[in-house]
Amino acid sequence: MNLNRSTLDLWVGAFVAMGIGAILFLALKVGNLVNWGSTPGYRLEARFDNIGGLKLRAPVKAAGVVVGRVERIKLDPATYQAVVTLKVDHGYEFTTDTIASILTSGLLGEVYIGLDPGGDPKMLADGTRLTKTQSAVILEKLIGQFLVDKAANTGGK
Amino acid sequence: MLSAVVTGLAESLRRLGSGAIAAIGRLGYAARFFVAVIYESPAAFARLHLTVREIYFSGVLSLIIILVSGLFVGMVLALQGYDVLQRYGADESLGVLVALSLVRELGPVVAGLLFASRAGSAITAEIGLMKATEQLSAMEMMAVDPLARVVAPRFWGGVISMPFLAALFSTLGVFGAYLVGVRLIGIDPGAFWGNMQAGVDFRFDIVNGVIKSAVFGTAVSLIAVFEGFDAKPTAEGVSSATTRTVVESSLAILALDFVLTVFMFRGLT
Amino acid sequence: MSDSSAPASAPAPTSPEIAVELADVTFGYDRHPVLMGISMTIPRGKVVAIMGGSGCGKTTILRLIGGQLRPRSGRVMVAGQSVPDLDREELYAMRRKFGMLFQFGALFTDMSVYENIAFALREHTDLPEELIRDLVLMKLHAVGLRGAAQLMPTELSGGMARRVALARAIALDPMLVMYDEPFAGLDPISLGVIGQLIRRLNDALGITSVVVTHDVYESLKMVDYLYFVSQGTIIAQGTPAEVRASSDAFVRQFVDGEPDGPVPFHYPATAYRAELFARA
Repeated sequence: MNLNRSTLDLWVGAFVAMGIGAILFLALKVGNLVNWGSTPGYRLEARFDNIGGLKLRAPVKAAGVVVGRVERIKLDPATYQAVVTLKVDHGYEFTTDTIASILTSGLLGEVYIGLDPGGDPKMLADGTRLTKTQSAVILEKLIGQFLVDKAANTGGK
Repeated sequence: MLSAVVTGLAESLRRLGSGAIAAIGRLGYAARFFVAVIYESPAAFARLHLTVREIYFSGVLSLIIILVSGLFVGMVLALQGYDVLQRYGADESLGVLVALSLVRELGPVVAGLLFASRAGSAITAEIGLMKATEQLSAMEMMAVDPLARVVAPRFWGGVISMPFLAALFSTLGVFGAYLVGVRLIGIDPGAFWGNMQAGVDFRFDIVNGVIKSAVFGTAVSLIAVFEGFDAKPTAEGVSSATTRTVVESSLAILALDFVLTVFMFRGLT
Repeated sequence: MSDSSAPASAPAPTSPEIAVELADVTFGYDRHPVLMGISMTIPRGKVVAIMGGSGCGKTTILRLIGGQLRPRSGRVMVAGQSVPDLDREELYAMRRKFGMLFQFGALFTDMSVYENIAFALREHTDLPEELIRDLVLMKLHAVGLRGAAQLMPTELSGGMARRVALARAIALDPMLVMYDEPFAGLDPISLGVIGQLIRRLNDALGITSVVVTHDVYESLKMVDYLYFVSQGTIIAQGTPAEVRASSDAFVRQFVDGEPDGPVPFHYPATAYRAELFARA
């Protein structure tokens, strides 16, 4: 057409630049590219009777601050316990009697692991296990427990 | 009476069968066409300005509709999303909701559908018209392969344009949601962006979205050039080819979206 | 695949004086036969017309010569080579020696007149731009449209578009030029111009021309030989003088423009009276 080459090239160049800019915006501002790549950290293991709705990459928080992510969730075939591998950022150390609990942020919020350190002078090293854990609160069991208690109370009258 | 019913049934079955065979035959023809286009593609890149030209016609000229649509889709998503989220006190998750919806699904799919309607139909009409006015024949007789010179650049122009258009759609959508959510409704911008950044993973969500848009771009471009090249060389032949491009592209996008989503987002639970 | 320069069942080799030869060519689509045993020879340097009613297979003959279609049987020889036996590269090499003028021009609508003619030069030669410019202007000058070089095809009248297409067809100085209905839909002046150009270019450039047309008046003015095709076969042929003097019923009907004759006026139907008075 009457479009000469240089105008064409200009527009196409602008288009491609805009497109790449959009992808970068999405990656950096919308996504978490800054945290891309395996963040340096060390691993801890925790076992739970019930992890509830805990998912991979769920946050690990201490005092409400994100200090790591859930890396792996598996079932131990011998003890039928959930084995959760946490990745904790370097720079945060936790005592060996830290309690790992499965908590929910808000009523419908996401499930995360909360770490509650104790008073032990020794710190957990890479690859060690958290001995004190608290499983997730399952709503159905809670209701069931409530109904049973209620029945026991009225029955005892 | 019974024999009439039986013959009627047999006739319908016969037509169904020959229709199915014709459709499969056409599919095979399209597959061979695709291979031929890929084979001739080096020529399209050796003459880079041909492909650049097609990127202009497919991509740059689709910008207006993509940007405006993206903005409006983002704004509507924010409005509707807020309405539901605030019932559960989760209105600070609006950013995540909108961003994930756009990047994972709406960006590639809606941009793909718009692209098929605007650029896909234009490509089909152009090639079909060149066929009807014997321009493709003339090129052949001048010992220039129309596949290399006309078809392949348009195919690659579409394939290259689509991912950029989808990304721009999602970007404008997020911006639209920001305008409605933060400026209009008053959600805390820190929560808006923070939750979004925490919830959207580059590898998982954004890269998958880009892959989707690339796949859609390939499908739409292929359908567009094929229908144009295969069109009957009459006015109504070109018009029905254009319609077919839009319909087939839309169906292909939605079907591929399902397949890709199943594979990509399997580990959601 | 047989050796294209010496076909396995080679009859007498075509003399170098023959540019194009068709021998017993048949062609058809599925159940629809188009050509049934066409034989013609086109000598080098001559202008030959192929005439016939609409849809009788004239354009098919051009496509067979150009290698766009393959005959069911028979030989199609161009410059001693059998066209259907050529592989893609050889076919493209041969096509570089052809020029073709399509009905209504078939100019590339997204390029200017200049670009259209420069197209073949740019694709097939490595000539520098200055030389290409000279050649394009030369070809345009030959058809009288040098001043229209920067126009777009949509801005041209029918006659002008046809002339530009002619300039494009001779851009690479071909050895054979084929014209598909060059006179269709032109005003009387343009008709005369095109006819003159075909003849003059043929003689000046030493090319061979095959003109498919049904314009008797213009053809008789400028061709060396005519073939008449009807219902898939050649039913008459001769020089313009022979044709004018012919007493063959078909030739007479064609040349004189009679509505009824060997080519009937009425499409085949049942008896008129019977159909009028038939009960539904």
